[in-house]
Amino acid sequence: MRRRLGSLLIALSIFAGSPLSLADELLMVRSPLPFAETMLALQDAIREHGYQLSRVQRVDVGLTASGFETDKYRVVFFGRPQEVHELAVHYPELIPYLPIKVAIFGEDEETVLVTLNPRGFRGFYPEPELGPVFDRWEKDLHSMFDRIRGAD
Amino acid sequence: MKHRCPQWVLILWLVWPGTGAAVEDGARLYERHCAACHGLDGKGGVGVPLALPAFQSTVSDHYLESTIRRGRPGRVMPAFSSLSDEDVKAIIGRIRSWYEGPVPADSGARVAGNPEHGGALFAEHCAGCHGDKGQGGHGTGKTFSRPRDFPIMAPALNNSGFLAAASDAMIRATLIQGREGTPMPSFLKQGLAEQDIDDIVSFVRAFESSVPPVPEADADAEPAVLVAESPYDLKATVENVRRAVIGKNFRLIREQYLEDGFMPAGKENKNQIVVYFCNFKFLYDALALDPRIGMFLPCRVTVVEQDAQVKVMTANPKRLSKLFNNSELDNVCEEMYRLYSDVLEEATL
Repeated sequence: MRRRLGSLLIALSIFAGSPLSLADELLMVRSPLPFAETMLALQDAIREHGYQLSRVQRVDVGLTASGFETDKYRVVFFGRPQEVHELAVHYPELIPYLPIKVAIFGEDEETVLVTLNPRGFRGFYPEPELGPVFDRWEKDLHSMFDRIRGAD
Repeated sequence: MKHRCPQWVLILWLVWPGTGAAVEDGARLYERHCAACHGLDGKGGVGVPLALPAFQSTVSDHYLESTIRRGRPGRVMPAFSSLSDEDVKAIIGRIRSWYEGPVPADSGARVAGNPEHGGALFAEHCAGCHGDKGQGGHGTGKTFSRPRDFPIMAPALNNSGFLAAASDAMIRATLIQGREGTPMPSFLKQGLAEQDIDDIVSFVRAFESSVPPVPEADADAEPAVLVAESPYDLKATVENVRRAVIGKNFRLIREQYLEDGFMPAGKENKNQIVVYFCNFKFLYDALALDPRIGMFLPCRVTVVEQDAQVKVMTANPKRLSKLFNNSELDNVCEEMYRLYSDVLEEATL
């Protein structure tokens, strides 16, 4: 029984840590809704998954003020406060990737969202205790994007 | 004696990428893997408008399958190597659902043409859009690279993914028919003879032997983070970063504690200071090459004091650029890498 359980764990760990193909490195979703509605849906999804929004960077505002024409383009930063605090203290070299951010931009009457797949961080930071954190972020981002994909 | 399937085999089957997804229908798979770039209804965006009848009437299922499998190295479209054959077939089924006309059969037959003459015709008729070496148009996104009503960037004809997917018959048919709804005209109607078109096909096919392949991304060769130790205290180092950034013609956007927005004011860890900055011309040009680069934005350097040691750090753009499969973006990231390296060096000298 113990041997069988060992095999199971080995099999699961192989796939949990498997390298990402290039197609999986970025998580992307197209929302059928215009920018404003999609931004609201994203912020709702962030809260529903237990994360806190820390800032929205209005990239389009900066571009427009500098004379460049652009559609809506924002970057949304979010995280779990205590988690961000502890990760930054214990793994300071993770700080440049904290907190999680999603780029969101308008394209015609639809909206595109993009973020790095946190599972890819496993290649950056091999500490075993970080693996489950990155996997949870990935799962939550997939869930948020699924919600946005299905929003109407 | 009973043969039992070991339990771990069952688990392997369950967790094997693609197995679970195989039961999803093509529409769902398309939505998940393709729609972000190609549009929910195939009208295009960052990617090609797949629903266009003039596209569908010239490409075989093999072309679509090969494109999904191999992608376009260095031209954004990634290789979907983890999808099962069933998934790929289902996605092709979804793409074909937008088209009711006949689908061309795949043909491996080579067109007999004169590549030298084709090269002269290519320079005259094709290079304006596809580039003198068939490298394709610049940029990707509708919003930044091109007007919204401009449905497509000229594809890279010298790309190994394209050449593996496209048969001579497909290239020939595209030259003869053009792509209605895109800037690609019918060259038969433009006055070229069928033999001229065959010559151009031969010239394009010759890219296979003349163009070096795009090197495979070796992201692991680069560290994820650029770090420099500072001999100065936190405050002085932050001031040095400011000066270095401004000296590089970037505009300071803001400084904040990493925990701003997470912790109540006054309770943040004050030893983690993020300096955000931007050069909007640089940013605009980069967005035109790839609108997905938001995860780089804004430019950022973090100064951290821990255990009496001050460090300046930033994400490594060269490491991240490999994730985008966009050769043009690699050049921008190389420039960002130099910029960040200079800022880190100047701030800690």
